[in-house]
Amino acid sequence: MKNIQLKHFLILLTILLIAFNLFGEDRFPKPEFETDYQQPKTTAPLPDDSSFMDMVDIFALFLGLTLASILSLKKRSRRGIFFLTVLSVLYFGFFRKGCVCSVGSVQNFALALGNVGYKLPLVVGLMFMLPLVFTLFFSRSFCSSICPLGAIQDLLVFKPLKVPTSISKVLSIIPYAYLGFASLMAFTNSGFIICRYDPFINIFRLCAGLQQMIYTAAFVVVSVLIARPYCRYLCPYGVLLGWMSWLSPRKVTITPDECIQCKLCENSCPFDAIQKPSPEKAPESRAEGTRRIGILLVAIPIVMFISGFALSKLDTVLSRVNPTVRLAEQVRLEDEGLVKETTLESRTFRSQDKTTDELMTESNHIINQFRIGGWVLGAFLGLVFVMKLFSLSIRRKQEDYITDPVNCISCGRCWETCPIEHKRLKLDA
Amino acid sequence: MAKDKKITRRGFLHSATTLAIGAIGGTMIAKSSKDNTVWQIDPDKCTQCEKCATECVLPLSAVKCVHAYDVCGYCELCGGYSTSDATKLDTAAENQLCPTGAIKRTFIEDPYYEYSIDEEKCIGCAKCVKGCGAFGNGSLYLQVRHDRCVNCNECLIAKVCPSDAFVRVPAKKPYLLRGDQGQNT
Repeated sequence: MKNIQLKHFLILLTILLIAFNLFGEDRFPKPEFETDYQQPKTTAPLPDDSSFMDMVDIFALFLGLTLASILSLKKRSRRGIFFLTVLSVLYFGFFRKGCVCSVGSVQNFALALGNVGYKLPLVVGLMFMLPLVFTLFFSRSFCSSICPLGAIQDLLVFKPLKVPTSISKVLSIIPYAYLGFASLMAFTNSGFIICRYDPFINIFRLCAGLQQMIYTAAFVVVSVLIARPYCRYLCPYGVLLGWMSWLSPRKVTITPDECIQCKLCENSCPFDAIQKPSPEKAPESRAEGTRRIGILLVAIPIVMFISGFALSKLDTVLSRVNPTVRLAEQVRLEDEGLVKETTLESRTFRSQDKTTDELMTESNHIINQFRIGGWVLGAFLGLVFVMKLFSLSIRRKQEDYITDPVNCISCGRCWETCPIEHKRLKLDA
Repeated sequence: MAKDKKITRRGFLHSATTLAIGAIGGTMIAKSSKDNTVWQIDPDKCTQCEKCATECVLPLSAVKCVHAYDVCGYCELCGGYSTSDATKLDTAAENQLCPTGAIKRTFIEDPYYEYSIDEEKCIGCAKCVKGCGAFGNGSLYLQVRHDRCVNCNECLIAKVCPSDAFVRVPAKKPYLLRGDQGQNT
């Protein structure tokens, strides 16, 4: 009888010992040293004093935006803008390594919207808002010389080719889609694709793997042939800036005075952002145009509904980009015996104390977010598509050469071709 | 006349957008956190999957092994230093667990040895962390080193980490250290 009790006690002791050992620490207590050995401390190098550098960044951004706006709207100094461009590449690019940037901050914004646990840092919020506010009042001076991505591409504009208008119009839909998908990805906490596919960050960091190096090199080559390819055909933040710029009361003008329609500026814009005077003869009768606009107006809600419906139906497909959803799927397949091989993620999951139910709830929540996001994104893309057709149908009577209210990035390359600008400079001198 | 009307329409939209941006911006600033965050590894969640060594955007990962000396037992037989099938407990390369020989072993007094990490050589593979956690006190563990980390907006390792060990921590307290330093800082 006593023997059995002792046995039980020993078993209990072993279990306790094992449990204690599993805890990890203190299996081998720290020795008492006899020599005067001094134990070193674990070093913990601090990051750059972030609160101070954040203030410097925001100040630099504010100062840069103010300067760029004055230079493009008041001083009309292409040289000044060029210097600002170089400064931005050096400071925001090489010195601050191009991260966090305003273009990527869109995703932080979306992430904060979709995830209660994530709080948007103030500096990122200001990075997101400041250029929008400036553009709403002073056009896209941010793009001309402050944005490090734009700035580095601007320095690569040597002898750009002209992109045919039809191709350009089609390609200009991509930024809307990119903005939409990147926001959806960030909203569902599936990753920051704008950052991941940032082509120029590798230049700023001056280090990259082979794959990234090829990707970056390809973009550099394209940037030499096509002026600012990222800004025009990819940049998701540029979509928002374009809207702000369209509303802006102050815009860069080609001529400092009245346009004399001399056509000299016609080909001066490497970004195809000069609007020519409208042709005298209308390509179609007024009635025909009105009819088409009527059709498009009716089409807006229908197209929005159809594309929203279609994308929301794709929720399970789209949500596979999310690692949690992928893990939940893998765990489900393993549990049902449909797959034999386990993955690193599923093994790790099983070694931890999260339950399968918790994982499934989390996964379903994300898929749900994808369904709602799909509706919004689909409706948005549908609207963009119809509005693009709309803008092709609308004809405004216009006699002068003016900068494109949406796409002009305030670089000032057109000024030097204008004879009236020459006159102004001589008068100034 | 038509021109005037157009200006007012765009002007109206402009004012409306200004208000909207003001409202969004105001809410955002009110809700935003004043503290910036940096990336760090929670050593209690880390499962030593070795992805830190390969997934960082830097060619040489910003994740390194660090050593909490006051947790260490200073053993001669160290699960983090020697391979499990080591024939001798010496510093010969074939007996070392670390693939790059980044752990330095120094004799202190019989029978104790100090182990320190040469960060220039460490690739953050966590092989030693696994060994130390399995057979020792768990004094070796991974941390993001902030003199190297470029603090990407979204950390690529965090996205592939199978155990959610990558967390955002306040920039003012950028490490999750073990031992007495962990309690103090």
